[in-house]
Amino acid sequence: MGKTIETSGIGKKFGTTTALEDISFSVNESEVFGFIGPDGAGKTTLFRIITTLLLPDTGEISVLGKNCRTEYKALRKEIGYMPGRFSLYHDLSVEENLNFYATIFGTTVSENYDLISDIYSHIEPFRKRPAGKLSGGMKQKLALSCALIHKPGLLVLDEPTTGVDAVSRSEFWDMLGKLKQHNITILVSTPYMDEAMRCDRVALIQNGRLLAIDSPAKIRAGFSRKLFSIKASGKYRLITALRSFPLTITSFPFGESVHVTFKDDIVPTGLNEHLINNGISDVTINETKAGIEDRFLELMETAGR
Amino acid sequence: MRNTVISVENLVKKFGSFTANDNLSFEVYEGEIFGFLGANGAGKTTAIRILSGLSAPTSGKVTVAGFDAGKQAELIKRNIGYMCQKFSLYEDLTVKENITLYGGIYGLSRSLIVSRIGVLLDRLRFRAFENRLISDLPLGLRQKLAFSVALLHEPKIVFLDEPTGGVDPITRRQFWEMIYETAAMGITIFVTTHYMDEAEYCDRISIMSEGKIVALDTPDNLKKKYNAETVEDVFIKIARP
Repeated sequence: MGKTIETSGIGKKFGTTTALEDISFSVNESEVFGFIGPDGAGKTTLFRIITTLLLPDTGEISVLGKNCRTEYKALRKEIGYMPGRFSLYHDLSVEENLNFYATIFGTTVSENYDLISDIYSHIEPFRKRPAGKLSGGMKQKLALSCALIHKPGLLVLDEPTTGVDAVSRSEFWDMLGKLKQHNITILVSTPYMDEAMRCDRVALIQNGRLLAIDSPAKIRAGFSRKLFSIKASGKYRLITALRSFPLTITSFPFGESVHVTFKDDIVPTGLNEHLINNGISDVTINETKAGIEDRFLELMETAGR
Repeated sequence: MRNTVISVENLVKKFGSFTANDNLSFEVYEGEIFGFLGANGAGKTTAIRILSGLSAPTSGKVTVAGFDAGKQAELIKRNIGYMCQKFSLYEDLTVKENITLYGGIYGLSRSLIVSRIGVLLDRLRFRAFENRLISDLPLGLRQKLAFSVALLHEPKIVFLDEPTGGVDPITRRQFWEMIYETAAMGITIFVTTHYMDEAEYCDRISIMSEGKIVALDTPDNLKKKYNAETVEDVFIKIARP
C-alpha cells in the first residue's frame, strides 16, 4: 500500500519551548489516521508542518510523494485543510464560500459535487445564508465541503469536533468514514479519547512526543495490567480509601466508577475489609477492558510526564 | 432527605414568540454533581443564565441557594461560583493578583482575602507560583486555580462549563478528584458540557431537547433505560427530536 505521509525525526521549537520532538510516523493511503492528545501537545504545530504552512527545524517529511520543503507549491493544491478555528468568510453566503474555494483551486462546484453531495445536502437549503449565521454543526459541514471541493488526496482536519454537540459529532465521523471510498486519506486530531475508536490507526501525543502509534484495538490491548472497575456510593471516599490501600498500584476516577490496578493483578483479599473500615459497604468490583484513555494514562505515567 | 439547593418549577422563558425553556421542572441537591446536557440550541444557556441570576424567567418559580431568580438575582450572584474552561482568570495578572481581584469582586474583606489566599495556596501547593503570571502556568494548574477561585467566596453552588475539555488524562482526573472533594464538603456542582464522557462523572444528569428536559436520572439508570453502553449513546438516541 502507498504511503500518503512519511516523516522522520521532525522537531520544532518556538524560542525555548519544544513543540515537537523526534516525530516519526507514516500514514497509509485511504486511511483515517487520528492524532489524540490534550491541548498543547503539539497537534496543531504538526498539522501546520504537514500542510506546508510551517517548516520543521529538523527531520524529513513527504506528503503524497512530494517533499514539504521544496515542493510545497504543488503540494498545496492536493491538500484540503480544515483548521481548528472556523476560518471561512462570515459575510459570504454558504454558496459563495463554496464557489470561492472551488475557484481558488481552479475547479468548479459541479465538477466535484459527487464528493461533497452527502455533506453539502444538509446545508444546501441554507445556501443563501451568511456563513457567520450558521449553527456550529452547519459551519462544520460547510468547512468540510470547502476543504474537499478540489478533491484533495489528503484531508487534514484539526480538531473538527471541538465545541460541537454529541449528535453532530457522531454524524461528522460517519461522513469521514464514507469519504474513504473516494480514496482520500484523512488526518484528524482530537483531544477526546473516545473518538480514537473511529480511526483506523491513531497516534497518542503528549508534550510534543509520540507515546504510541497503532490501531485503537491494539493500543487498548497494550495495557499491561489487569484493570478493575470499582463502584460505590461516595466516590471521593472510595478514591481516598483505594489510594491508602497498600496493594493498590493506580486508581483513577473513570465516569461512574474508579479504574484500579493491584499488585499481582488480583483483587487482594484484604480489600473488602479495608473499604468497610473506611465506611464503604456497597462496593461492586468487576474486571474491565482498558480503553484508550486507560492506556494513555499508563503511557503518561511511564513517560514520567 | 437531602436539602434542595436549586428548585425549578414550571420554568418558562420566551423570547418574542420563541419558547427557549418550555415548562422545566427539576431539583438539584446539596453536594450533588449535576450534569446539564443538551444539543446546540436546546435551551441550556438560557436556563443557566436564569439559574445564575443573569436573566429572569417569563413564568414559573426558580429558587437558587434559597433566593428567587425573578426577584433576588443579585443575592443569587453572590451565592454561586462560576468557572468555564475557556476564560476564568486574567492571563496578565499573577496568581495572587487574580485571587485578590476575585475576592474583592465578591466583596470579601481585605483580611479575609489575605487569609483565604494563604489557605488556597497551601491547599494547591501553589506557594512557589504566587507571583507568576497566569500565562506562564500550564493549563492543568490554571484550571485548578480557576476552580479554587470560583470557590473563594464559599458559594453553595458552583457552575462549571466544560471543565475538563482539552486537558490531558492525568490532569483531568486530578480535576475530577477536586470536584468530588468539593461535593463531599456539601457544595453543589452544576456541570454543563458537550462531552458525554464528562457527563459520566456526574451523580445525575438531565438532557434537554427543544426547550424541554427529556431525561433526568443517574448515568447508570439512563444507560439501562435506553439500553445503551455510554451516556453518549443515550444522548444520540434522545437529544434530537
